[in-house]
Amino acid sequence: MATSPAPQLRTSFFRQALITSGLFVLGLIVVNFIFFKPGTVAVVLLSGLYQGLLFFLVAAGMSIVFGLLDVLNLAQGSFFMLGAYSGFAIYGALPEGTPVEIRFIAALIGATLVGGGLGALTEAILLRPLYARPVFQIVLTFGLSTVIVEVVRALYGPAGLVPIEKPAALDTTFSVLGGQFETYRVFIIVVGFVLMVSISLLLQRTRLGIVIRAGVQDSQMVQALGINIRRIFTLVFALGTAVAALGGMTAAPFLGAYPSMGGDFLLTAIIVIVIGGMSSYEGTAIASVLVGLTRATTEQISLQYFNTPILASISILIFMVVVLLVRPTGLFGRE
Amino acid sequence: MSAVLSVEAIHTFIGQFHILQDVTVEVPPNSITALLGRNGAGKTTTLRSIMGLNPPTRGAIQFHGQAIHGRKPYTIAQQGIGYVPDYRAIFKQLTIEENLKVAERKKGDLAGKRDFIFEVFPDLQRLYHWPGGQLSGGQQQMLAIARALVPDNTLLLIDEPSEGLAPVIVEQMMAAIRKLSDQNAVLLVEQNFIVASRLADRYVIIEDGRSVHAGLMKDLLNDKALITKYLGAA
Repeated sequence: MATSPAPQLRTSFFRQALITSGLFVLGLIVVNFIFFKPGTVAVVLLSGLYQGLLFFLVAAGMSIVFGLLDVLNLAQGSFFMLGAYSGFAIYGALPEGTPVEIRFIAALIGATLVGGGLGALTEAILLRPLYARPVFQIVLTFGLSTVIVEVVRALYGPAGLVPIEKPAALDTTFSVLGGQFETYRVFIIVVGFVLMVSISLLLQRTRLGIVIRAGVQDSQMVQALGINIRRIFTLVFALGTAVAALGGMTAAPFLGAYPSMGGDFLLTAIIVIVIGGMSSYEGTAIASVLVGLTRATTEQISLQYFNTPILASISILIFMVVVLLVRPTGLFGRE
Repeated sequence: MSAVLSVEAIHTFIGQFHILQDVTVEVPPNSITALLGRNGAGKTTTLRSIMGLNPPTRGAIQFHGQAIHGRKPYTIAQQGIGYVPDYRAIFKQLTIEENLKVAERKKGDLAGKRDFIFEVFPDLQRLYHWPGGQLSGGQQQMLAIARALVPDNTLLLIDEPSEGLAPVIVEQMMAAIRKLSDQNAVLLVEQNFIVASRLADRYVIIEDGRSVHAGLMKDLLNDKALITKYLGAA
């Protein structure tokens, strides 16, 4: 017997959300061309992508963890910050004379491992005893983030560190439509997109991904099918914190490292997750780009007309409120 | 003939409620045993206790002679027990194929069993790439049972397979379960006595959390007084 063609896997509501998001991006581009010269438009859009993908690196793990474990990990920003500081530590630990390229790659790998390892420990030791008490977990992750920030402040001082050295190949600028843009920020965009696609492939194409998606829907049944769901919980949590730490390290040659950087990114990451629809990975991925572009556009407008970037943070809050008023579950959220 | 599963005088609490207060069940190989009893008697809790989802606080559960009580649900399942809960627990956003894939315990489980599953439930072949949420109730029930067939299980726990299904689908389901019992021991919870009596070889009656009667189904069918006492008018 032949198999029937699959119906649209994505329901019409998913297509609607995609179309809405597409129209929103188009709208932002039009706004850009109304307000700015073409060179500025290109820089603003690239800058929006760069910001959005950094938000994505923090939000991706939070969103999957929230879906699977029902924990909103408020310490996620701290792992981002730890990633940046790990970069500094690794740069400093390598013997003098080590080429920047080697330091840079070692720092990327090292920060990812530090983030993943600490994440695994956090889940296994701190969160596991509290799965029956979700509110305690939120309080715990909040407390943990405070502890991490204070420890870093004690070790490295409150002031923060200047950006670490980039590899020469990435330490250039290029011009696009007459605007100047740093090559390194394009590197961040590339890293973000590569991770976005890799995580998506992991979730859609591998057995682990299938088990994770099944666990998001009914983790008890996954366990009753013979799968050690606790091990999956630890793995997913660690993957999420590893990606956040990698994000922090990727940002370090640009933003430097300072104790409160995690908190700044955490807040926006939460807004991204809410706009995208809690626990929808696709929603988080798309919303992070939307939020990045919105931020960059309104930042440029407000710099141009009011000489202050104030509109940038206000605009994404307004964006979130509007989305929630129209669709209380977020763009891609269900029920 | 040694039992595949023997549940020996278990007690189970859910929160502060003492739900099972001495339940004993024997499931012999290649047979269907039905748990009978009124709503709320403790039939579903018995299955959940066996799976370790509501672990018993007293008593013992042996599977092929090995104690499994007190173990984690996933290790209990890995011993070779397939569980089909009353709410079916289909992963609605996963396709039929993905739903079956979650149940694999080793690589190749699904590839090895696919033809058999398609033979028992032809609908699942036709709709292989459909998401679980778009299937009818009967098809979801078939998928839930099929999922328990993917790994090499020797015991299937099936909770209310006929619930909410049209009569013609119930007939299909019964034929399928009968076919499965050639290779697996089956412990069935069934509210519909007519379905249970036609399917099962043996029965255990549970009343207020206690197993009060057990035996061969054909004997029960001749004992109208017992049926009326525990199961109401049948």
